[in-house]
Amino acid sequence: MANKHTVSFKLNGNDVDVVVEPRELLIHTLRERLATTGPHIGCETSHCGACTVDLDGMSVKSCTVLTVQCQDADVLTIEGLEQNGELHALQEGFMQEHGLQCGYCTPGMITRAYRLLQEIPNPSEEEIRYWMAGNLCRCTGYQNIVKAVQYAAEKLSPAQEVS
Amino acid sequence: MIPRQFEYHAPQTVPEAIALLQKYGDTAKLLAGGHSLLPMMKIRFAEPGHLVDLGKIADLRGIREKGKELRIGAMTTENDLIWSTLVQEKCPLLVEAARLIGDPQVRYKGTLGGDISHGDPGNDHPAIMLAIGASFVLAGSDGERVVAADDFFLGLYDTALAPDEVLTEIRIPAMAKGTGWCYAKLKRKIGDFATAAAAVLLTMKGDTVKEVSIALTNAGAMALKAREAEDSLRGKKLDDAAIAEAARLVMSICDPAEDQRGSVEYKTAMTGEMVHRALRTAHERAK
Repeated sequence: MANKHTVSFKLNGNDVDVVVEPRELLIHTLRERLATTGPHIGCETSHCGACTVDLDGMSVKSCTVLTVQCQDADVLTIEGLEQNGELHALQEGFMQEHGLQCGYCTPGMITRAYRLLQEIPNPSEEEIRYWMAGNLCRCTGYQNIVKAVQYAAEKLSPAQEVS
Repeated sequence: MIPRQFEYHAPQTVPEAIALLQKYGDTAKLLAGGHSLLPMMKIRFAEPGHLVDLGKIADLRGIREKGKELRIGAMTTENDLIWSTLVQEKCPLLVEAARLIGDPQVRYKGTLGGDISHGDPGNDHPAIMLAIGASFVLAGSDGERVVAADDFFLGLYDTALAPDEVLTEIRIPAMAKGTGWCYAKLKRKIGDFATAAAAVLLTMKGDTVKEVSIALTNAGAMALKAREAEDSLRGKKLDDAAIAEAARLVMSICDPAEDQRGSVEYKTAMTGEMVHRALRTAHERAK
């Protein structure tokens, strides 16, 4: 096996192994080998954020991470947010607040917002705009994306106080 | 957008990384956060045969205080800096700059050491390091040496790092009490490099400038320290005339490259403007 690496990591809670060349980007592994097509390829130059996934507690652009860097990593994509047939509060928020039009940026937006709310559970509008600035949307004008994140923050916050 | 083929190495220790650099010579390249190098590899501006990933060396990440210095591991990320209460307390200039770099996703991966050792005049930390008088620990096969930021940046993508050396630690003197600070950065959009930017540290004695430090991003082939402008301010009242004269001296050393961010004249004028703003903000913050 010339210059190929076996890489084992967790994807949405499941153990996966892939055999890849070092130059393979995580977005290609997710989409083409692991049938995880939630993360989208927008620009493939780390500008747009459509390929955002959660990697070991960080929001990262999976077009700018090599799969070989992900040995033993914990990767979460939009596919991992729904639990037991119930949408995550962010998914519900984007639906209720019309946080999307074409939907292309949405998986990246939601995955990024997921990590944001872990770090800042009740962000102000200004904080949402600052910490979501790595995700571009060409449809909504961002107003309803901000509202969708606020919706989710509100829905999640009482539960966090209890736990 | 796929890089040319290369071999991947993930050393667990700094000596292992140095040994790999020695073995593979100029076909090897160090990988830190990857947000400068991987994009260059994808468009095949960079085509290393061997990539040595520093990401698995735990010793290279972390922030601690030693005496009057912050000692920051080279693989510490921008996001680590932003959330560090220790850095906020000892060197708020570094936090202000980190918040203006890239975008949130880039800041989770991008590292202080990578930003410094890349040698790109558009990167923000080189000017911060010059302004604050940082020094860098470079580890090679003959052991470690400490190089001052003033002696580190040599030109476009050119630094004092030898081919078989690894930048392991950044040493930053804590800002003296009462020091004012500002990093003023003009950029077209989130994630872009600076069109122009200026870092300022300022200590006042009553109405007059006691000590001042000014450094510039993207105003030449490398980050620049504006020594004449600093000299012109020491002992002076920080009034409009003094600031205008300092900005004029700053603009006289600017030699930016023309690109889609603007002409040489525009970038030079904006560098002067960033110095204006940084001096005023630093003045407000100085006690």
